[in-house]
Amino acid sequence: MSQHSITLTVNGRVYNGTVPARLTLVDFLREHLRLTGTHTGCEHGVCGACSILFDGRPMRSCLIFAVQADGATITTVEGLAPDPAGLSVLQDSFWETHALQCGFCTPGMLIAAHALLMQNREPTEEAIRDAIGGNLCRCTGYKQIVDAIKLAASRLKGANAPASEMTGADHD
Amino acid sequence: MKAAEFDYARPATIEEACRLLDGAAGDGKIIAGGQTLVPLLVMRLARPTLVIDINRIAALQGIAANDDGVTIQAATRQADVLADATIHERLPLLTKGLRLVGHPQTRNRGTIGGSLANADPSAEICLVARTLDAELTARSSGGTRKLMMSEFCAGAMTTSLTAEECLTAIRFPVWTEKRVGTAFTEMSIRQSDFALVAAACQLVLDDGGVCRKLALGIGGVEASPVRATAAEARLTGTRLEAGDVDAAMDELQQTLQPLADVHASADYRRRVAGALVARVIAEARNDAMRVHA
Repeated sequence: MSQHSITLTVNGRVYNGTVPARLTLVDFLREHLRLTGTHTGCEHGVCGACSILFDGRPMRSCLIFAVQADGATITTVEGLAPDPAGLSVLQDSFWETHALQCGFCTPGMLIAAHALLMQNREPTEEAIRDAIGGNLCRCTGYKQIVDAIKLAASRLKGANAPASEMTGADHD
Repeated sequence: MKAAEFDYARPATIEEACRLLDGAAGDGKIIAGGQTLVPLLVMRLARPTLVIDINRIAALQGIAANDDGVTIQAATRQADVLADATIHERLPLLTKGLRLVGHPQTRNRGTIGGSLANADPSAEICLVARTLDAELTARSSGGTRKLMMSEFCAGAMTTSLTAEECLTAIRFPVWTEKRVGTAFTEMSIRQSDFALVAAACQLVLDDGGVCRKLALGIGGVEASPVRATAAEARLTGTRLEAGDVDAAMDELQQTLQPLADVHASADYRRRVAGALVARVIAEARNDAMRVHA
């Protein structure tokens, strides 16, 4: 069985490793790098729990072999928060709207929603549902998750608005 | 489950990929996006000794259009084709089909050629290619071979590619008539799940609203996508009014030989196919009248 040396960037940090060809990227992230935030669900591309950003785009890390990620830039759920003690606006919105119960699907949902909000600041409900269409949740249900993404979108839009719009009420 | 052991190679050129296929003596498998192949590997339904990764072969990426066709290199990502303005303008049927392929996460990795080469009976890209009579290019160390989609599909998950051949490009003809209309729809258990039945239509109307050219494709019903050739012949030259379409659909349903599985019986697929083909004909007709009126 062939072994391969790989170098990849995960959450801004460069990692080196030697992997057998058949090792999936999700197993490399979890077992070699101990980044266990990315979850292993179905392991054949159905549930979306293992979603990561691969060169900026959301993909399923169970459907990529680690050797194929040589040279790639990856963001996992651990890379979404601005600092170890904080949550991103999106993560905070999930918390507030009760968008998680058991939490198993949450990393994949966060990655899918984060990718959506990076390219679409004002997603419609249809766009939100399409973006998480490849992610299965078996407990909380999808409504609160959609609500969380809507809340995050409105907050991010507010945060990016010019100061004059934000403080407009003060001048009335 | 985990994949069985295999060796891995990442060639830089198509020639090198073909040499690797030759060296594997029938046990080599090309991987592009891996969205179909990796599940087959981890479930051990496929156990190649060598996996040949063509993702970094630059010649296998890209979209090029000329007057009467668009050529897509095999390892071009589905998401890139879906977002491409030329495809949207020249091959709207492909854009409509691609919206229903998998999910954003799988379209970001999955390729056009990978979907074709795996030939899932319900694959939208295979259906569009069959409906538009796409021409495929396969390379091996022995040379280049061109084949039409009708001769490429050889059954469920089976193509007429040999073990030494690599699919390299797909050429879709572009219809240049004035009033071209397209429609694509499918029925699945959940949105964006595998299609139980999918239907595609591309047609041309003349200024009087008479259908002058018609292509009707059905996926998910038989082992490979099929064309409704009798319905195409019967409806060309009509105004596609409900009576004409209904009669053609009755005839179509009698000729289909649908698959049956745990998700849908043969009779269900037959009836849904008739309904969906009638629907795409109506939508494509409206599309041709609206866009070019």
